[in-house]
Amino acid sequence: MISFPQLRTRAEAEAARLPPLLAQAEHLAGTVLLGEHGRRRSGLGDDFWQYRPVQPGDSLRMIDWRRSARSDSQFVRQREWQVAQSVMLWADQSPSMGFSSSENTPTKGDRARVLALAIAILLIRSGERVGLTGTSLPPRRGEGQILRLTEMFLKSDEGDYGAPEARAMLPHARAVFISDFFGDFEATEAALFKAADRGIRGVVYHILDPAEESFPFKGRAIFESMGQGIQHETRKATDLRDRYLERLAERKDSLKQLCRTTGWQYGVHDTSQSSQAALLWLYRALEQRL
Amino acid sequence: MIGGLPIGFAAPWVLLALMALPVIWFLLRAIPPAPVKRRFPGVILLLGLKDDDSVTDRTPWWLLLLRSLALAAVIIGLAGPLLNPTPPSKSDAPVLVLLDGSWGAAKNWRRQTAMVESLLDEAARQGRRAALLNLGAPEKPQFQPAASVKNRLPGVVPQPWQADAETYATVLEMLDEDAFDTIWMSDGLEGARRDDLLSALEARGSVRVVEDPLGVHGLAPTVFDDGVLTITAVRSRAEITETLTVQAHGLDPSGTPRILATVPVRFLSGETSASSELSLPAELRSRISRFSIMGQDGAGAVTLSDDTLKRREVALISGREDREGLELLSPLHFLRQALKPNADLIEGTLEDVLPANPDVVVLADIAVLSPAEEKEVLEWVAQGGLLLRFAGPVMAASGLSVGEEDPLLPVRLRSGGRSVGGAMSWGEPKSVAPFPEGSPFFGLPVPDEVRVTAQVVAQPDPTLADRVIAELTDGTPMVTRKAIDQGQVVLFHVTANTEWSGLPLSGLFVQMLDRLAILSAVGVDDETRLSGLTWQPVQVLDGFGRSQEVHSLPGVEGDVLAKNALGPKLRPGLYQSGDKLVARNVLRADDTMEAAVWPLGTRIEGYLTAPVKDISGWFLAAALGIMMIDIFASLAVSGRLWGARIATVVLALVLMAPQADAQESRAIQDTREIALGHVLTGNDRIDQLAQDGLRGLSEVLFFRTSVEPSEPAPINLETDEISFYPFLFWPITPDQPIPSDEAYSKLNNYLRSGGMILFDTRDADVARFGAASPNGRKLQRIAASLDIPPLEPLPEDHVLTRTFYLLQDFPGRYASRDVWVEAAPADAEKIEGMPFRNLNDGVTPVVIGGNDWASAWAMDGRGNALYPVGRGRAGERQRELAFRFGVNLVMHVLTGNYKSDQVHVPALLDRLGQ
Repeated sequence: MISFPQLRTRAEAEAARLPPLLAQAEHLAGTVLLGEHGRRRSGLGDDFWQYRPVQPGDSLRMIDWRRSARSDSQFVRQREWQVAQSVMLWADQSPSMGFSSSENTPTKGDRARVLALAIAILLIRSGERVGLTGTSLPPRRGEGQILRLTEMFLKSDEGDYGAPEARAMLPHARAVFISDFFGDFEATEAALFKAADRGIRGVVYHILDPAEESFPFKGRAIFESMGQGIQHETRKATDLRDRYLERLAERKDSLKQLCRTTGWQYGVHDTSQSSQAALLWLYRALEQRL
Repeated sequence: MIGGLPIGFAAPWVLLALMALPVIWFLLRAIPPAPVKRRFPGVILLLGLKDDDSVTDRTPWWLLLLRSLALAAVIIGLAGPLLNPTPPSKSDAPVLVLLDGSWGAAKNWRRQTAMVESLLDEAARQGRRAALLNLGAPEKPQFQPAASVKNRLPGVVPQPWQADAETYATVLEMLDEDAFDTIWMSDGLEGARRDDLLSALEARGSVRVVEDPLGVHGLAPTVFDDGVLTITAVRSRAEITETLTVQAHGLDPSGTPRILATVPVRFLSGETSASSELSLPAELRSRISRFSIMGQDGAGAVTLSDDTLKRREVALISGREDREGLELLSPLHFLRQALKPNADLIEGTLEDVLPANPDVVVLADIAVLSPAEEKEVLEWVAQGGLLLRFAGPVMAASGLSVGEEDPLLPVRLRSGGRSVGGAMSWGEPKSVAPFPEGSPFFGLPVPDEVRVTAQVVAQPDPTLADRVIAELTDGTPMVTRKAIDQGQVVLFHVTANTEWSGLPLSGLFVQMLDRLAILSAVGVDDETRLSGLTWQPVQVLDGFGRSQEVHSLPGVEGDVLAKNALGPKLRPGLYQSGDKLVARNVLRADDTMEAAVWPLGTRIEGYLTAPVKDISGWFLAAALGIMMIDIFASLAVSGRLWGARIATVVLALVLMAPQADAQESRAIQDTREIALGHVLTGNDRIDQLAQDGLRGLSEVLFFRTSVEPSEPAPINLETDEISFYPFLFWPITPDQPIPSDEAYSKLNNYLRSGGMILFDTRDADVARFGAASPNGRKLQRIAASLDIPPLEPLPEDHVLTRTFYLLQDFPGRYASRDVWVEAAPADAEKIEGMPFRNLNDGVTPVVIGGNDWASAWAMDGRGNALYPVGRGRAGERQRELAFRFGVNLVMHVLTGNYKSDQVHVPALLDRLGQ
């Protein structure tokens, strides 16, 4: 007897959404993994990296006697640097991200989820610990975390616009914030300052729809937010275009400025462009500071 | 009239609403187009932005103008604009519309009707009562509301006669004493008591006369004289110089009515009659049934032709019956050849021939007639016969007409004749001199090669010069003619064969005979021809000059027919008595047409060139059109005219455009190569199956035979041309529509002209042929209207069993043996030693079965079978047999009974061997 038949069907429907997102992200991650290998420096880890001659300061315990026995000098066996870093993701799930100006471009939310999951896969495959900001999913290693992340990404938030979650951030971890940053700028600023205080560095990835960057509207129109919470009426939309673009540039500038102050990376992505380039940029940006 | 424009309004006060336009303009200006709601996350950046005040939110001026125009058009449309309004009449008396209603008005009948309609409309608008009086068929005028009078107008037609004095008297009696205004639609011809009627009408109110200033044209009966048709036209007004075209109508040899000849007739200024001559070959001339003036209706513009144009009866009598053989030397041979195409020939002895009353009797080299014969012939000639005599050795030797002129010869002859240019004579053979004016042969070209070597010579007589109608270059007569009462005797001074001259060999001979044979029926006046007999009308003309077959009208006495004026009891047309046919035309030979003369002071008008027209519809349509434009303009202004919507509209327009091109190019492709066709059933799956099946069969044909079909053609019976396709496959579904009548006539033509249809009920697995399966019943319904011959189950020795492969089974997806073809004729016989009968000389037009061949044939683009057939290897064998049946079938269609004829090959070889 199934007491909650709807639950089962809803679960099935939810489960059905998982594989595509995962597959999309896996596929995207795969394109990057091919070209980007290892850390290429010695460090703590399990894998052999190289033998080097003993230098002053090395303790005897570090000498690899088996290798040293084959020659006259002593060698130290080094392992590849394998350090687990914690990376925390925040992909905006608010209704605002559900916007797409045409059928050919994905919604901003879709793009953000795919990118976040793909970067998570890449990081987990290279041994990092990945989680979400806030307390919902702390960073962990292992393939299982990918599934948990996928699940979390399929939830959506309430309210028109999202703001970064800055609570419970691990010190000296890394963070990735993906959003359209149309929300409260104060909240973003506060979150970034708080993170910077804890020594967290990361990436702010600004995702925008082509329509949001070009404002192609004409005539008399009432604009309303995705949650229908905010409305603005105009008689002639074309006249608003320049002033809107000015404000958008201002918003971008202040984000960039904020990032420079806190030592974060700032990137802008247009959903009409390829997600692969976006992932590559995101991956490089993260790698630089790891 | 408004501002010089020919426009008026039925309800001008509605135009006051136009004053409201400026108000509406301001109202419209204030109402901006409704805003569009858009979801846009970036709205948060827009908050607080103010619209530029200089930007107006008002409707653009051109949109305002568009809407104002639409509104103005509606207002004007509702005000009832009229084009070419007539100034309203002051009088409010009832209106009497008086129609002459004779054939003279038929030419302008349409214009006249239109004008009467607009007059009645006008009367209806003014609330005047109206009545209609047609002099052609007078009834007492009843004044009624004009609209109901207008309803009766289509029933009024012109009559093929003019009102006579009696009719006028009747009409005068009918008129009431009440006052009314009259509009008299005149036919332009003078009437019997027109003045009396006019004064009676003027006593009761005003009279307006409407008539065509160009007058009336008519055609007098065509006269045939000396081989030439004289066509005479008359007219009522003589002011201008004009040219009419007269057409001769008749049946062509295939029985289709055609215009056989046209001839212009030119009236000079001041003349009321003009004639033109027309020379036609006798064959063509005898086909003419009527002449008419091109572009003019009316019984007067038509003249029917009767017996006088028909083929003559010519009796050939030769004296040398005892001489055997030598067909080419027979004096009648050349006559027979010359006359056969143009005349009905009778041959026999004089006693036998004369009672048949031929038009012409030809005596070739017969000198002596018995006294009784001579008497009879003389009588016959006196009644209008043409006796044509040819000289010859017998006549030359007989001494006929030597001393005294023989009554049946035109001249006295010298005895013995003469020969010139022979071995024993002096001089050259003589040729024919050009024909003198006044001779019936005048104008015929004389060929040089005609030489006369012998002739009988006329004695010089005082009358000789008058009687010679053709002579030789030395002045001796060659053809002489003498009139006897109404008839005449013509003598050719040479033989009718080539013994004495080359004349019978030349074209001139035929032309001369032609000219002479025509002369025979001229000269009898109508009265003698008609009187004493009762003539039955067989065809009468209506007022427009159209012929109608009649059977119910009473016969008419000959005198009446010849003399009386036309009327309801004597209609123009063709009348028959015995074998004779005479035409009574509206105009007789010497008739003239008198233009109507109106007393001074009568108001005479022409027909309205531009009748009053209610153009409110145009304005309302324009308003609708402007509103349609306004929809798009409004969408564009409010930014809602998206690509998709434009595309939809464009697509709709494109779809509305005719799609004839596709079918045409398809037709060109299919006629360039051979293509199999299948009939569309409306069931997509079956149609696709048929297409795949025929594609499979085409592939197999391509690989195995020299038949290389192109892609099979889907045929829509209603719209597509089917004659391009030698073979049609018609799968039967229970729900397909029954073809229309046009489609059936197309199909029957197709079957008759050698096409083949393969009907497939696709149910041989469950039903036997003819059993009441749904498909079988449907097939019966479809085939009920088709021209299908008796059928029989395909016999073992049918040619279908051996056109390409030797087959005994015809399986498709099912292997039923019920395949039916056209039944063999009952007398088809087995040829000795051959296994088959010589069956079906031709292609069976239908093959009917239920084996679902298309499924067995169906192939995809790569040649893979689409549907399973049977099981395993046996199934593949069955599919192979199905293909072979298809190949045989197409071969049968394309080669007909060729294979059947092959039956004879062994027999022929056998015979050659011996």
